[in-house]
Amino acid sequence: MQLVLEKRAERSTFIALASPLLAVALTLVTMSIFFLILGKNPVTALYVYFIEPLTDSYTLMEIAVKASPLIMIAIGLSLCYLANVWNIGAEGQFLIGAVTGSWLAVVTNGTDAGPWVLPAMLVMGALGGALWAMIPALCKVRFGANEILTSLMLVYVADLILDYLVRGPWRDPKGMNFPTTASFDPVATVPTLMDSGRLHAGVILTVLVVLAAAIMLGRSIKGFEIRVVGAAPRAARFAGFSAEKLVIFTFAVSGALAGLAGIIEVAGPVGVLQPGISPGYGFTAIIVAFLGRLNPLGILVAGLFLALTFIGGEGAQISMKVPLDLTKVFQGILLFYVLACDSLILYRIRLVATKPKAA
Amino acid sequence: MSGQEPVSSSARAPLLQAIGITKQYGSFLANDGVSIDLYPGEIHALLGENGAGKSTLVKIMYGLIQPSAGELRWLGEKIELSGPSDARARGIAMVFQHFSLFDNLTVAENVALGLDGSESFAAMSARLAQVSRDYGLPLDPKREVWRLSVGERQRIEIVRALMQNPKLLILDEPTAVLTPQEADQLFTVLDRLKGEGRALLYISHKLDEVKRLCDTATILRDGKKVATCNPRSETAASMARMMVGAEIGEVRATTARATTAPRLLIRDLSMAPDDPHGTYLRNISLEVLGGEILGVAGVAGNGQDELFSALSGERLAPHEDNVIIDGHAAGNLSVTQRRKLGAAFVPEERLGHGTAPRMKLSENALLTGHAASHMVKHGFVDRPATLKAVDTTTKTFDVRKAKRDPEAASLSGGNLQKFIVGREILREPGVLVVSQPTWGVDAGAAAVIRQALIDLSGRGTAVLVISQDLDELTEISDRIAVMFHGTLSAPIAAAAATREKLGLLMGGASPETATTEEVFHAVGA
Repeated sequence: MQLVLEKRAERSTFIALASPLLAVALTLVTMSIFFLILGKNPVTALYVYFIEPLTDSYTLMEIAVKASPLIMIAIGLSLCYLANVWNIGAEGQFLIGAVTGSWLAVVTNGTDAGPWVLPAMLVMGALGGALWAMIPALCKVRFGANEILTSLMLVYVADLILDYLVRGPWRDPKGMNFPTTASFDPVATVPTLMDSGRLHAGVILTVLVVLAAAIMLGRSIKGFEIRVVGAAPRAARFAGFSAEKLVIFTFAVSGALAGLAGIIEVAGPVGVLQPGISPGYGFTAIIVAFLGRLNPLGILVAGLFLALTFIGGEGAQISMKVPLDLTKVFQGILLFYVLACDSLILYRIRLVATKPKAA
Repeated sequence: MSGQEPVSSSARAPLLQAIGITKQYGSFLANDGVSIDLYPGEIHALLGENGAGKSTLVKIMYGLIQPSAGELRWLGEKIELSGPSDARARGIAMVFQHFSLFDNLTVAENVALGLDGSESFAAMSARLAQVSRDYGLPLDPKREVWRLSVGERQRIEIVRALMQNPKLLILDEPTAVLTPQEADQLFTVLDRLKGEGRALLYISHKLDEVKRLCDTATILRDGKKVATCNPRSETAASMARMMVGAEIGEVRATTARATTAPRLLIRDLSMAPDDPHGTYLRNISLEVLGGEILGVAGVAGNGQDELFSALSGERLAPHEDNVIIDGHAAGNLSVTQRRKLGAAFVPEERLGHGTAPRMKLSENALLTGHAASHMVKHGFVDRPATLKAVDTTTKTFDVRKAKRDPEAASLSGGNLQKFIVGREILREPGVLVVSQPTWGVDAGAAAVIRQALIDLSGRGTAVLVISQDLDELTEISDRIAVMFHGTLSAPIAAAAATREKLGLLMGGASPETATTEEVFHAVGA
């Protein structure tokens, strides 16, 4: 007997919906094995990871706060990936957005600048992210440079720019030499939605982005263009769609969204610009985008789920003394299973009898 | 060579027998209990429409795929072929329809790659020259493949097969890419191979050829064997009936067509290809009048693809007045802008070029419809309008499909082609450029498509049809021009375009001066 992958005549809608769930289930099984090897009770561990955070209003809010940047970035990435444009550098675009947005906060710090500061910061952040994303986009269109490499390498450049600024010119003079800017003024801070907790207005912006993306992809000609260029490049050219313009467009939009997420994170939950503002949001968002089937509503759900693993991971580190890196292992395994299960949408597995080979 | 025992009596034993061959792909039966006997010294035709199961059957005989049921017998003894090398070892050789040649390598290097490599390169080259001389298939072993014509490339494949001294030679639609004169040369070679006592299996759907060349014909339809007959005692029409399973509608030409001013003009178009092995277009000029169908004949690879993309706007011409659509200089306009001028295009490749295979028909209606119809309002897609376009096309062109709006890839070739052609025709274009309108399409669908093109031109549209099918061109065109090495001949009236005349032009002769001898020289005979 042997297993063969057989092409389906049409894509299976059922599997398209079930595949992420199957991937999650397989991830849980694999993780349980890891916990057993670490000598922990897998049931307790999974409870701490996935159930405990849902039982407390504070952690529920934290999940929304963590999910917000993930979802916003993943929406932008999904546009790229649908168009076969491989932007892997959202982390860098996130950091640069945080930097360009923070610039306004730094120069207006201590002045009596009006409430225009925050909206202007958000615009600056989005612009900064978009411009940073233009580098790999233009290199690809002009020189045919592989955008996977260029966008990824620019992450480290962005990281070092941020590092330089907060240790050098932008360092808070009263900050006891800590590498951080001065705390942002209230007009440069994203307002919170509740009296306690960190739930902030950026979450609402994320929801709006999800809705806008859903409408654009499902209903607009631009969304159609993105899908055709990704699915059938030659047919797209025949339709009159330019793949090169779309590289620019998708990089610009995803860079802008990552940059926006970056400045919201800095002006919101963090409150200052400092190194380590991102626990790898830009990379985790890649998993969110695929787990959400590159579909805006799917990404909303997937983002909340991945945020849960961040929060659960912190909880498990405290209560079970497992390393925080286990969360990253967990996310990696999840991406692996998501991509593997996706092949079932176009293929079916069949068991066939092997015939003895002719001599 | 192998003809040690010249056999001609009918009491001889079959060389290869296929008995009850069945091949199943999922729920689809590509071959359903097919039996066929191949005798030495006989040319056996395998007839059938595209998708009838011809390729599957010969791939099984060549060891490329394994049958789900049934068996092969070689000289009466049951065999299992685990791969093409197994088949070659027994003396089965095959010439494929699509050549597997490396353009940048020489003839000898290409042949060496296909052989087992037990002899030195020099010895192999010498044998190659010897075999090609013996059979009147001249080839220069040192020449790079990209310099050769399609006919010469096919010669490499045939010589490569002959160098294995096969007992059975399988040829998959060998004349599809040849001019009529080149085909005649091939038939001479095949007759000689038959005389040497080899068995030949000849796959084709050109019935005249089969009647002329073959001793026996096996006809497949929907994976099943319909009949084995003597093609010489059948008529082309009776064999066509067996292939299709029904009478084929005659295409009705419109009487006394009124032509108007030229609606599509090509003016002195010269263009470099974007692919290093593509064809340069050289000084192409042509006018297509409103109300006429102008056919462009030619062997594949003589610049037809390049011409199509220059007309569609997928590649821009050097000057804006190289292409003029209804009086507007369009050479530098995009595909979308050309569609807005009332032009429509049907490319050769159905899946991946004419349609996005994994998208629904409604989305594929939008693919070309977004430019110049009411499917897009303020940047948003009017879904009901795209569905309506699918419904109208389905009804007008009898597109058969499992549900209202399936994925393009799930349609059969003929039905998808009807959809693609219908999608463009229903926009009532002023100019229509179609490449290979009925390539690989069943006869019923082909008749529908040809009729639709004739009717469209009857309504005043200028229709340019690029095709390799001479029968199709003479059937529907008013005038025919021929492409050769990137140049386009002056069009000649279809009524005066005999196969011989077209064949000479396809071989590169100029219409005034050509003598038969010169052309044979030009095609390398």
